[in-house]
Amino acid sequence: MEKIPILRMGKFLLVTIQVDMHDRLALQLQEDLTERIVAVRARGVLMDISSLEVVDSFIGRMISNIAAMASVLDAQTVVVGMQPAVAITLVELGLSLEGVRTALNVERGMALLNELVAAELR
Amino acid sequence: MPSAAGQTVRTVLVKYEKEVLAEWIRLQLAATTLRGDLMKENELREQSRDLLSLLRPALESGRFESLESSDWTQVKEFLAGVSRTRGQQGFAPTETATFVLSLKQPIFDRLRNEIKDAQALADELWVATVVLDRLALFTTEQFLKTRETVIQSQQRELLELSTPVVELWESILALPLIGTLDSERTQVVMESLLQKIVETGAAIAIIDITGVPTVDTLVAQHLLKTVAAARLMGADCIISGIRPQIAQTIVHLGVDLSEVTTKASLADAFMIAMRRVQAKLPTGT
Amino acid sequence: MPIVSRAVLPIRSQEDIVRVRQAARESAVAQGMTLVDQTKLVTAASELARNTLNYGGGGEVEIVRIEELPRKGVRLTFLDQGPGIPDVEAALRDGFTTGGGLGLGLGGARRLCNEFSIDSTPGKGTRVTIGRWR
Repeated sequence: MEKIPILRMGKFLLVTIQVDMHDRLALQLQEDLTERIVAVRARGVLMDISSLEVVDSFIGRMISNIAAMASVLDAQTVVVGMQPAVAITLVELGLSLEGVRTALNVERGMALLNELVAAELR
Repeated sequence: MPSAAGQTVRTVLVKYEKEVLAEWIRLQLAATTLRGDLMKENELREQSRDLLSLLRPALESGRFESLESSDWTQVKEFLAGVSRTRGQQGFAPTETATFVLSLKQPIFDRLRNEIKDAQALADELWVATVVLDRLALFTTEQFLKTRETVIQSQQRELLELSTPVVELWESILALPLIGTLDSERTQVVMESLLQKIVETGAAIAIIDITGVPTVDTLVAQHLLKTVAAARLMGADCIISGIRPQIAQTIVHLGVDLSEVTTKASLADAFMIAMRRVQAKLPTGT
Repeated sequence: MPIVSRAVLPIRSQEDIVRVRQAARESAVAQGMTLVDQTKLVTAASELARNTLNYGGGGEVEIVRIEELPRKGVRLTFLDQGPGIPDVEAALRDGFTTGGGLGLGLGGARRLCNEFSIDSTPGKGTRVTIGRWR
């Protein structure tokens, strides 16, 4: 069965979404991520959506859910690479992705994650 | 059911296709309106031959009161194509219409030879005139429509090119807007800013509206949507240069700027941006 | 407005929703829409296709490319024989933030399109038509 791969980078998990997901696949990703966060005691999740050309309300909710669940499990989430057309559409749709932090690219995202985790330790 | 009128026109085109074609081409080549600079003789011959060969079956069907019936689809498609290519080559619309209209003379000459009865001749000439006039008008219509399409895409390209997004510093972009903003221009400009943010990896974009005399609700909304979109992407926006009149308009219109950082001048905005970037404050929602 | 091409796709599974997105994208590209306009149309189509499947019990979508130079556009009509929407006005008003509504995202889909119309009879079904021009 097809799954979105989840990579581990130290204390962070990296997910790169490269396919046009059907709903089941998105829900599976939510489940898998939650399990992995617990399994490796991850401190952060980096979600790369730079290949995602469409983010509708379902996927938007998935992203918000992942951030919320990660937070409950004591992990920070940063979403990177949102395409301008997607951002414009989300604004028009009225989806604010409340509680989701974003960064322009993976490099920035990792820096942000590191800061967020460091801030917690203070 | 083919009507009686136009019978001779059809016959003429069947019997004398070669002669009509030759005469038509000769007339076109001799015309003062010939644009030898835009089109080669071969192409002209080919276009003429193609139109004539499509005209014959269309006329044979007998339905020429209007060009709406399916018998004329192929002729119309061909003429639409001719309009398009001639438009691209630089022909004026009248020159393209003349292409069709100049076909009248050779057809009229043949009809005069074939028909001795004055009334019958008048009837047949009328049919030929009506058909060719309609086709010529269709050609002009198509020409204008195609030109509209080209103008529209050129306008958009121009708008995109004229968007002056400046990289003030590493990670800091500035978009100084000048002149009256309309809804369409604002949209294009904003999309282009977001694209530039991705390309340069900017953390902050300063939208300066010092040079904008007035802002209406639509434009204000586009500005706010752009700021929201940039934030979603992981960058921040500062709007600078809001003059007193614009501030009044914005409040009057009920536009909510509480979520957006605003500064009186581009310089102030730049200072804030530098501080933020240097302090490496986290950006995003 | 003259129809340049027409296709009907079934919406009976989640994979079908993905196919509807792809088909909507292809049509939008064919009509020369900008990337942003394409994305808006495809996103709206995705919302409505999901509604057709999850709320309407499955159905179909007709994708039509229309042209009257210089205007070019795409029109999609979603059809289902599901329970219908009892209060269309309310459904159009409900956002994603109001938890109580049907959450159909109709209001959002409408904002993304140039053209939007909805016809729904409780007990019979729903038809939603959206259109976007270049």
